Amino acid sequence: MSDSDVAGHAGTRGRMAGAFEPSPEMGPTPPSQISGHFSDDNPEMVQFVDADGNRLATNETNAPYAQIVEDMTSEDARTIYRDLVLVRRIDAEGFALQRQGELGLWPSLFGQEAAQVGAGRALRAQDYAFPGYREHGVAWCRGVDPVSLFGMFRGVNHGGWDSNENNFHLYTIVIGNQMLHAVGYGMGIAADGDMGTGDPERDAAVMAFTGDGGTSQGDFNEALVFAAVTNAPVVFFVQNNQWAISEPNDKQFIIPPYQRARGFGFPGVLVDGNDPLASYAVAKDALDKARSGQGPTLIEAYTYRMGAHTTSDDPTKYRSDAEVEIWKHKDPIKRMRGFMQERGHADPEFFAAVDAEADEVAARIRKACQEMPDPELPTMFDNQYTEPHPLVEAEREEFLAYHAGFAEEGGQA
Amino acid sequence: MAVKNFNLPDPGEGLTEAEITTWKVKVGDEVAVNDIVIEVETAKSLVELPIPFAGKVVQLLAAEGDTVDVGAPIIAVEVAGSDPEPATPAAPAADEGDEASGPNLVGYGAKAGSTRRRARKGGTPTPASAPAAAVSTPAPAPTPAAPAAPAAEPLTPERTRALAKPPVRKLAKDLGLDLQSITPSGEGGIVTRADVEAASSGTAPTTATSAAPALRGSGAGALAPQGAGAPFAAAADVRVPIKGVRKATAAAMVSSAFTAPHVTEFVTVDVTAMMEMVERLKKDRAFKDVKVTPLLIVAKAFCLALRRHHEANASWDEAAQEIVLRGSVNLGIAAATPRGLLVPNIKAADQLSLHDLAGALGGLVATAREGRTQPADLSGGTATITNVGVFGVDTGTPILNPGEATILAFGAVRRMPWVVTAADGSESIEPRWVTQLALSFDHRLVDGELGSKLLADVAALLHDPGTAFLWA
Repeated sequence: MSDSDVAGHAGTRGRMAGAFEPSPEMGPTPPSQISGHFSDDNPEMVQFVDADGNRLATNETNAPYAQIVEDMTSEDARTIYRDLVLVRRIDAEGFALQRQGELGLWPSLFGQEAAQVGAGRALRAQDYAFPGYREHGVAWCRGVDPVSLFGMFRGVNHGGWDSNENNFHLYTIVIGNQMLHAVGYGMGIAADGDMGTGDPERDAAVMAFTGDGGTSQGDFNEALVFAAVTNAPVVFFVQNNQWAISEPNDKQFIIPPYQRARGFGFPGVLVDGNDPLASYAVAKDALDKARSGQGPTLIEAYTYRMGAHTTSDDPTKYRSDAEVEIWKHKDPIKRMRGFMQERGHADPEFFAAVDAEADEVAARIRKACQEMPDPELPTMFDNQYTEPHPLVEAEREEFLAYHAGFAEEGGQA
Repeated sequence: MAVKNFNLPDPGEGLTEAEITTWKVKVGDEVAVNDIVIEVETAKSLVELPIPFAGKVVQLLAAEGDTVDVGAPIIAVEVAGSDPEPATPAAPAADEGDEASGPNLVGYGAKAGSTRRRARKGGTPTPASAPAAAVSTPAPAPTPAAPAAPAAEPLTPERTRALAKPPVRKLAKDLGLDLQSITPSGEGGIVTRADVEAASSGTAPTTATSAAPALRGSGAGALAPQGAGAPFAAAADVRVPIKGVRKATAAAMVSSAFTAPHVTEFVTVDVTAMMEMVERLKKDRAFKDVKVTPLLIVAKAFCLALRRHHEANASWDEAAQEIVLRGSVNLGIAAATPRGLLVPNIKAADQLSLHDLAGALGGLVATAREGRTQPADLSGGTATITNVGVFGVDTGTPILNPGEATILAFGAVRRMPWVVTAADGSESIEPRWVTQLALSFDHRLVDGELGSKLLADVAALLHDPGTAFLWA
């Protein structure tokens, strides 16, 4: 729709720049000044609340999901709010712990809480989530202890949780790789017949998480092909946080991810990823469709990474403070809180209690992280295969014998 | 009450040290968990560090400007509570994991990284002898070639591994040559087959592996003239890693020098009138809150001249195959900062009044010297001034800031004898304020005529600031 506009606009600007007409553009154009599908006022984007949490009018775009939002109880709203606050706090603690030498790395989700919590709360117990490495909010909603996440980034284990305990797969560092795992798992659900039976306890779906950078990967596109042709119960949840490390959207795609789904043969939906209600409603709708056998959906959650790509990155080198400032005003927690106050979903005591709980959670996980023991080295051979494996056993023996070959040295350095 | 030390963490991945730029706290301050206490600069960026415990700061263990190793204590805090002495709270280090890989970079909390290794039991046969032997790390073999670095040497020259492809490596080994001692001629400092063959054929007498790194370069005779004569005081060569601003500057300069064909022109000009104007403005009440310098007048003159010759206020867009005529003059000022050369620019400098330009100029340079220049201030420049005169230098051939078409070097303003023509046509030699200007321009978009006119106009304005009236 507007790709040609964007290209044409840029071209015209290049030719017409008058000698001394002051140009408003210095350096990269901030998103607020871009028209077309890279802008955040795309009429195709599903939104329910404005920047202050006021319920937006029901329109053609959000109408299909309006009932889901109206059906939400006060308790549902409080759950989501609490998740948003706790997840942000856990993330901040992870960041601080990295800066204190307790973690090797931390990829912050700051800014993407609504997208993740909305999606995470739309999942049912029997559904399965396949995360990238930034999905701390989804992990929280699935019941994975944040301390387990820290264990991985501290390097004391290879992924600190049993995936099947919470139906939350291990973090996948290889970009987009998990999309294929997710589709394979979804095909398995279909093969088991756990799809389209009408039994709400049995029908299951898979949600695969990646970012805008992930959409450039071969794995991502292969996964979409497989999901489409096998009608797998998979929801692809793309958090478009605008930056693939230092690459902006306009260097990654001409057609935005949600529009690409159509070409693969299934629907794509654009949702305001900083709107918790919209993220939840769109994710729930897509998962319901997948479980009932109506096939995959791609959701593009339009959001923003407020912090660095990881603790090893310095975003001031490639993006402007002005851009970050624009997104500050779309803060998901502020919007959710405004909505709840408007609807009377909670009293001031509730908000204070959540803040207090955040302090407690932060203190608990901080202490647990600092006290996390180094692993016993032979445990690296555990969990390689589901059943004992002769080669792995032999390697373990060899490893133990090698380490037994060192003399005991008196006194630690 | 107990005192806990906070050790410098690795705020990136695999960083080994950081420079302390700013302490945010002082002795006696109360701090809470995760309060930002310090800003450090790593090889990657400026990073703020939060303190992991609450209490009262009792000592800052490193000063601003110090470079501190990762794992070294930087601040001591007296913490409340009855914690047992927790100087080393983490479990005794299980160090097997990080043999030979430097400090343990993660989760060391407050323990200084130990890199000691336990010795193998003498001759203990391991059951599966063959594979185990392959796994065992080579014992620290006596290093024969180590040129006994003098213990007093503060900066041990870093002996990096020479770069060469495996077949070349083998050739050097077969010939008994030390790759380190061979001058690389390949791209990126790679030792090529030809280099090895040249070294072997006796062009250089470096055949033994005992050649010290300091002899590098002698292979091609690069240092021969110096080596032949009396050397400098015999200090060892110091190898400084190329990183940070130095690395960025180098990349920018190389890219500029090899993509934009540079032309440099010079003019010598009597700027007595400009100097008088500076003196007048300094006394002007309207300018009492800003600094008036000759550079300010040069900046204004350059802006005016660029507006008159706006085709020179342009950039070359190789990708789009377009010349971008810039809408305003974003004037860069090369600033020597403690971290190296930075070129922040004043946006739309041509639209500022002289007073506002003075304010912007002062702010820009101060910000750069404090190391607080924002990336936006460094990008989008259209032309640059480099004020080499402050170093007492007459002129130079400046290299363009990448993406810009012109750069003006402003030399020292000196009292010089000058031929002055009086109103009656008689000539005399008088002492005058004289300076030299050099303008480098990108010949892809600025022809000699345009560049010459631009430079001549700047000179004309400095010679007689009133010239500006003629252009209005």
